[in-house]
Amino acid sequence: MLLLLLVHLAAALVAPTLVRLWGRKAFWVLAAAPASAAVWALSWTSQVQRGDGPVQSVEWIPALGLELTFRLDTLAWLMTLVVGGVGALVLVYCAAYFSVSAQGLGRFGGVFVAFAGAMLGLVTSDDMILMFIFWELTTVTSYLLIGHYSDRKASRRAAMQAIVITTAGGLAMLVGVVLLGEAAGTYRLSEVVAHPPGGAAATAAIACLLAGAATKSALLPFHFWLPAAMAAPTPVSAYLHAAAMVKAGVYLVARFAPAFSQHELWRWIIVVLGCGTLLLGGYRALRQHDLKLVLAFGTVSQLGLITLLVGLGTRATALAGLAMLGAHAMFKATLFLVVGVIDAATGTRDLRRLSGVGRELKLTALAGALGTASMIGLPPFAGYVAKEAGLEAIEHLEDNAVGLIVLVSVAIGSVLTVAYGLRLWWGAFATKKAVVPESAIAHEAVATQADGARSPGSTSRVATQPDAEPAAISHPSLLLVWPAMILGVLGLAVALLPQLGEHLLDPYADTLGLGEPGHLALWAGFTPTFALTLVILGAGAALFAVRERIETLQARLTYRGPDADRIYRRFMRRLDDVAADVTAATQRGSLPLYVGLVLVVFVVGVGASLLVGGAWPDDVRVFDHPAQLVFAGATIASAVLVARARRRLKAVILLGIGGYAVAGLFLLQGAPDLALTQVLTETVTLVVFVLVLRRIPPYFSDRPLVASRWLRLAIGLAVGLTVAGIALVAPSARIHAPVTEHFAEEAVGWGGGKNIVNVTLVDIRAWDTMGEISVLLVAATGVASLVFLSRRTGQIFRARDAAPERAVWAGADPMAALRRGTDQARIDAPTTNREWLRAGSTLAPQRRSVIFEVVVRLLFHTMVVYSVFLLFSGHNQPGGGFAAGLVTGIALTVRYLAGGRYELGEAAPVQPGVLLGTGLFLSAGVGLGGLLVGGSVLRSWIVDLHLPLLGDVHLVTSLFFDIGVYLVVVGLVLDILRSLGAELDRRAEIGEDPPFDGTLPSLEEGASR
Amino acid sequence: MIDMAPNLTLVVAIAVLFAAGVYLVLERSLSRVLIGVILLGNGANLLFLVAGGRAGRPPIVGLEDERQMSDPLPQAMVLTAIVITLGMTAFLLAMAYRSWQLHRHDEVQDDVEDRRIARLAAIDERAFTDADTEATLQSLDEEAEEARDEVDDGLVREARPDDEQRDKEVAP
Repeated sequence: MLLLLLVHLAAALVAPTLVRLWGRKAFWVLAAAPASAAVWALSWTSQVQRGDGPVQSVEWIPALGLELTFRLDTLAWLMTLVVGGVGALVLVYCAAYFSVSAQGLGRFGGVFVAFAGAMLGLVTSDDMILMFIFWELTTVTSYLLIGHYSDRKASRRAAMQAIVITTAGGLAMLVGVVLLGEAAGTYRLSEVVAHPPGGAAATAAIACLLAGAATKSALLPFHFWLPAAMAAPTPVSAYLHAAAMVKAGVYLVARFAPAFSQHELWRWIIVVLGCGTLLLGGYRALRQHDLKLVLAFGTVSQLGLITLLVGLGTRATALAGLAMLGAHAMFKATLFLVVGVIDAATGTRDLRRLSGVGRELKLTALAGALGTASMIGLPPFAGYVAKEAGLEAIEHLEDNAVGLIVLVSVAIGSVLTVAYGLRLWWGAFATKKAVVPESAIAHEAVATQADGARSPGSTSRVATQPDAEPAAISHPSLLLVWPAMILGVLGLAVALLPQLGEHLLDPYADTLGLGEPGHLALWAGFTPTFALTLVILGAGAALFAVRERIETLQARLTYRGPDADRIYRRFMRRLDDVAADVTAATQRGSLPLYVGLVLVVFVVGVGASLLVGGAWPDDVRVFDHPAQLVFAGATIASAVLVARARRRLKAVILLGIGGYAVAGLFLLQGAPDLALTQVLTETVTLVVFVLVLRRIPPYFSDRPLVASRWLRLAIGLAVGLTVAGIALVAPSARIHAPVTEHFAEEAVGWGGGKNIVNVTLVDIRAWDTMGEISVLLVAATGVASLVFLSRRTGQIFRARDAAPERAVWAGADPMAALRRGTDQARIDAPTTNREWLRAGSTLAPQRRSVIFEVVVRLLFHTMVVYSVFLLFSGHNQPGGGFAAGLVTGIALTVRYLAGGRYELGEAAPVQPGVLLGTGLFLSAGVGLGGLLVGGSVLRSWIVDLHLPLLGDVHLVTSLFFDIGVYLVVVGLVLDILRSLGAELDRRAEIGEDPPFDGTLPSLEEGASR
Repeated sequence: MIDMAPNLTLVVAIAVLFAAGVYLVLERSLSRVLIGVILLGNGANLLFLVAGGRAGRPPIVGLEDERQMSDPLPQAMVLTAIVITLGMTAFLLAMAYRSWQLHRHDEVQDDVEDRRIARLAAIDERAFTDADTEATLQSLDEEAEEARDEVDDGLVREARPDDEQRDKEVAP
């Protein structure tokens, strides 16, 4: 069976290519795939009848207990024949039906075969999850087939409606399957049916499964998607909406009927839905003008009948139901194909426009007659045999009240079937006295569009005119008639051998084990059932005779109440509205609101669990070291003042003070590395802030709402208290010895270093560091991109390229009042030959400070040497790549502050990108190197060398990792200086980006108005 | 097992840092948000250390008694966090600068598209129209009338009674 599915898959995949190569003839080849399934099923007929059909099981996902299990029993055998046989015939039909130039035929062929494969998998799978997967596959492929004309709105709407409804049902079915599988302890379909679970789980599962069946088989109240799906090409309607997909729901009911048919809920749902759908479909079919719509509503009606028969759950009804299933597949597919021929021949399917078609297309009319005869239950056709058996079985139902209701419903439904069946054939083929002119129908369409308030399902009446021309008739290929003819004749042939059918279908009926066995027969004598059949045929014919009056009556009775289609539309509309409301309520687009919400959730969640389950410490200490009080006090004071500050610079300086105080706390806690790094970053941060603050207003903008300030304060305090609670609870929550217990030995033994924190960074947890320097690289690139915008890099400012005007940082001199002499005098004063900094002379004279330049000159190299020392000694003493990189960065910063951007260019004539890239490359390279020499990634190797002059050298490969870190940090600082420093300077000088001039633009605008 | 009694001084400092940080983060001015984030970062780093146990000696082998050392793992993590904060500070400042350049302020504005959706939802209007799900004015019949397949429709001819014979000739 797996092989058959693969054949379908392969055929679906090559279909587009085949169609491109051979045009529509490719459908002949594609038809081989479903045909092979039918032939395969036929070859197993006798084994299946004996009850030992093939079983195939392949492990798929053992961890989830999912298996590809397939099984061919009688029900699956019948469905496979229907799916494969009708599928093959319809594909052959397609080869002549579509015009040579029709669009998207390749895709159509592929999806069609894929659907056939999914259907085959659905009916043969013996695993409920697998069955669900195929079920959904049929939904998706049918969506694509209904929406084949994707450029038409009606097609898209119909496809969307079908997929929304059937997937909703599919989801319900999945719930049912899971409930059932869990309750039964197995997902094997045959085992679940053999030993069905009981209780509430089973009841819920029944409701869910039947919901799935009702949506798929277009039962009440989901019937409306099927008529709308007539927007699909006619072969699709013939296959999906007559033989295959809509039968999936019936299949599901038939599959579970042996297990649940005696369940109270099951019975009521089946009876109500079955009878209701049967009657509603038949009633609506009576007044449709489009032949496909007549058939669609007819199908709805018939699906109600079949569901009723297979769901009632006695042996006799089950046999009749299966017979009806097969008969319906044959006659309904025949009729759809015939309608397709008429459509091709006349260009319309409106029965008011057709006349004399039967005279012109005699074979087509004959095929149509065969199908219609079977549909209305005329002997000796399959429909008659099945319906007779059904009526007989219903008469013998044990529950009299229910039996009577069902019998009356089925009888009325059959009368309606006879009436719309006759009307269909008459409408399609009869030669009529008068037809409706084409213009009248076009006119009617315009009128309803203007009216607008009409129910989507309603139709209006247009008077016939005796002198109107009927639709012109052409003669399409005879190939179109043969598939329909084959199915029609088959409907007659099987009816002539009713015992064979009974023999083949009985194994399924026997699984129900309730009631007397039923029989299929052409002639069972003058029984009450036969009398009933005669009455039905007579009443149906009478109803057909008065069709005009019924149409008028129905038009007058136009139902204005809630109609399923309109409820669906309204529901979808409401769903969209609710979605929009939810989006509007949650997605306010306000950052403070989002952050506040997150924080409130944090406070409520964590705070509540702290209060409920927090183990408060038995013993607390006020401080470890008295100096902690001093530093903590400074931290607290600066934090409070920062929050209150209105002036940016004040806030930033206070922030820096707080940061240094935190560094003190680190030191007292026993973390010299942290303290060192914190001091250095705090310094760089301060510089970066000042660089940017030059360009933006000195004060924070005022927030008008005072109330929101109190709210923010409240949230802030709540978060602070919650975190304090965590800080109190977390330390005592420790139940294991820390992982760092053996870090000391490991650091020395494996990492070759004595500074455990540094070894942790470059060796034990080197992956963390690797991730971190990647983040730094991204941040640096981000800064550069935000400033340079179109390029990653700016030019490197070298002193020799500077303009001779000495204009760097020119402009107003805030310190002018404190100087002796005028600026002009200073500018004109002869410069000495001694230059302390290489680019000192590029600065505007009033910006130069000799003392600063001298100090920088003395300090710079010392700092760089110190940073190298930190880098190399970091493995054994406080220091390491981060601290070293920051020291070098500060050295560069100092050069920049003393000498401007040309000085920076002289100090570091490289692109920061090169540093960043080299650094990351070095770190990653060391990591990979460990891999190359046989260790794991990022493993360190210790090399002890004895060099002649230097003495013993203790070299650890992770040093190169640390050098990588160093380069990345230097690159980051350099990037910051070059973008937020040098580039902003350059722009200010050429007047591109003036510094803040003390007025806000909004005020300026106000004044100018 | 190491001594895990929490240090009240640090706990109070952490609480204040978090409270002030949150107060600032809930602002709209990007530079204040940034300052708030830095305060939160400092608070979180201290929290790390508190969770790591009591104060001890620097974790450097040979220099100190191993039993007196503070826990090195939180320190390594905090060190990473400190440097990351530096990178983020620089990035947010660049953003603040860019915002100033473009809008002459550094406030984080509300998302315009979100506001539009909220406005439309308030009056039950659609943010967009989806013709594929909206109700239609057409009746089922009219839709069916339009839904014609691209068929091979043979040749249109005059109606003649003896046509069944000639079907085969015409068939392609």
